[in-house]
Amino acid sequence: MKKAYIFVFGGASTLLLSAFLFVLLPRLQAGEVEKAGLSAQVPYDEIQARGREVYIEYGCIYCHSQQVRDPLAGADESFGWGPPSRPSDYIYDKPHLLGTSRTGPDLSNIGSRQPSLEWHHLHLYNPRLLVDWSVMPDFSFLYERVKSESTPSEGAVELPDTDHEWIIPSAEAAALVEYLACLKRDGEPKPRPEPEKGGKTP
Amino acid sequence: MDTQLLFLILTFAISVLGMLAFIVALMQKQVLVPPEAAKAIFAEGEFGSTEPDRISEMSRQWKVLDQSAKGPILYFLISSAVWLLIGSFLGLAVSIKVHSPEFLGGHDFLTFGKLRTLHLNIIAYGWLSFAGLGLSLWLVPRITKVPLRNVGILSLAGTLWNIGVCLGCAGILYGVTDGLEWLEFWWPIDILLAVAGAMVAIPLFTTVLQSKEEHLYVTLWYSLAAFTWFPVLFVIANTHFMHTGIQQGIVNWWFAHNVLGLWVTPLGLGIVYYLLPKITGFPIASYQLSLFGFWGLALFYSQVGAHHLIGSPAPTWLVNVSIVMSVGMVVPVVSVAINHHVSAFRHLHALKDSVVLRFVVFGAMMYTLSSLQGCLHSLRTFNYITHFTHWTVSHAHLGLYGFTTMVFFGGIYFAMPRLLGRDWRKPRLINTHFWLASVGVLIYAVGLGIGGYLQGLELRNPDGSFEASVRVTVPYLFTRSVGGTLMLLSHLLFAYNIFDLLRSSEPAS
Repeated sequence: MKKAYIFVFGGASTLLLSAFLFVLLPRLQAGEVEKAGLSAQVPYDEIQARGREVYIEYGCIYCHSQQVRDPLAGADESFGWGPPSRPSDYIYDKPHLLGTSRTGPDLSNIGSRQPSLEWHHLHLYNPRLLVDWSVMPDFSFLYERVKSESTPSEGAVELPDTDHEWIIPSAEAAALVEYLACLKRDGEPKPRPEPEKGGKTP
Repeated sequence: MDTQLLFLILTFAISVLGMLAFIVALMQKQVLVPPEAAKAIFAEGEFGSTEPDRISEMSRQWKVLDQSAKGPILYFLISSAVWLLIGSFLGLAVSIKVHSPEFLGGHDFLTFGKLRTLHLNIIAYGWLSFAGLGLSLWLVPRITKVPLRNVGILSLAGTLWNIGVCLGCAGILYGVTDGLEWLEFWWPIDILLAVAGAMVAIPLFTTVLQSKEEHLYVTLWYSLAAFTWFPVLFVIANTHFMHTGIQQGIVNWWFAHNVLGLWVTPLGLGIVYYLLPKITGFPIASYQLSLFGFWGLALFYSQVGAHHLIGSPAPTWLVNVSIVMSVGMVVPVVSVAINHHVSAFRHLHALKDSVVLRFVVFGAMMYTLSSLQGCLHSLRTFNYITHFTHWTVSHAHLGLYGFTTMVFFGGIYFAMPRLLGRDWRKPRLINTHFWLASVGVLIYAVGLGIGGYLQGLELRNPDGSFEASVRVTVPYLFTRSVGGTLMLLSHLLFAYNIFDLLRSSEPAS
């Protein structure tokens, strides 16, 4: 059947053409940005990278974007989410976490906006402790809840309005919060910091 | 710089070659279709008379072809129904979680981010892929007029595919994912799916080669292309680890939009193109126009993905290409719409008797609606409002549920009795299924569409707050759960109908 080939090869060639346009050509442009090596975001260290994996595992991306739009497009800047994003902000991001939904607020610069680790732990443990209108799921399963007169362990956070109850973050929760706290893309692009000689490279 | 130039020249060369090939094909009259070829799907005595849903004298003529791959196709369709049932329970759970976050809260595996991902992947790769594959393969012998060849490979391919979806889901639960939307399955599993997908294509291609038909009916154009697109698309998309940051986002959305438009959509359209004339008894309104529909889809759709990145720091030229192509989609969509709707309106009376036709016509209407919606919100001014909101979710369900899922329901209700040689025992339940599903998806899409639009207005209001954008959506998130419940109920009826048909042993009267 000669005609069948038209649909197979015609179809394949339109798709390959689009692959050139969308996969190869922007790749060259992106390569220039990566080569320049300047980024406002600092590269992730081991714990922050682990926290990033936790962010991916629990699907934070399905409600939180990490891209700030131009004022023409949205009220992003008025909400205090930071300046419009640049391609160089993402040169360490693999997989990318740009996101497509804002059921929750944008997190491009959450580290600048909310630097308190304690706040993040309480918020992750139960978002409605701090934000009564929040629809975010709780991540209480990443914490151990204990009763103690004094600080039970390093990094533990006391729950407000309770009788000396504390939450102890798991390694996953601690890493996730470290990751959130390091998200700062609102500064000037800087070259990648030189790894210290003899020290551990991130 | 040199490589950049090389790629540019290569791209240009490929497009020129493609155009030349198209002109040559035109000159050899390979491309134009004779209008009378649209009647090729009718056997003797079928032209001009409505085909009932039940097995009749008309369908008995097709018995040998219909049952040439009975086992594997049944396996595909049953797999699809099982995945649909699992996927829709997950969908409803996720929907409730968004307005009532305490629901099923506090557990690792039941967290929103994981269940939502499972829902999407199970529906896309479990339900839609299995149902689309099964039905398209079932139609191949009816169009080529030869029994399906190399049937043995299908059961293996289907099993590999099932294993792939199971493993992918387990990966999502345990946190082993690629982390890209629509590409969450860990990449080795994606390779497994691409291989299984290519295996399914073998019976299609070898059967088509055996055919002695002068003309291949339009349904087969879509199947041939879709079965080619999927493995190519899936393999290229899984090279995402070669990219970083924004560039990876572009590859991500190039894939995610194409998997809808070049995989699920063509399979759905092919089924409409077959069942609509078949049941009404009259050929499609304008067979020539179906060419525009097909080639327009191939040309424009493959380049629309970057409209998901409007407002992001993706290269503006690329986003512009996608916007132009998205608007270009008006051409194939309107061509298909004219064909489908004119054909349906000429034979509205057939809707009275055929529940299958109701599913198909409803699906075709939702295709037009959701596609035009897609053209509209690819425009910057509109996209600024709807981007990042629940509007997108509403749109996705209008397309994947209102259109493809409804068409697949119709297809399965048409195919299964002809495959098994016995009728549905409770046709009234099929009708109930239709009404629950169609009312459900309309409540879902209209409610969430309004909610999403209002949310978008709040997200653009510089004097407002993010809080307002959350609060405004809550009532509409509830209506989504109401629509979702109706849809889930309809799926329970669907599963029961299939179970009941398989259990019964009485042949058709």
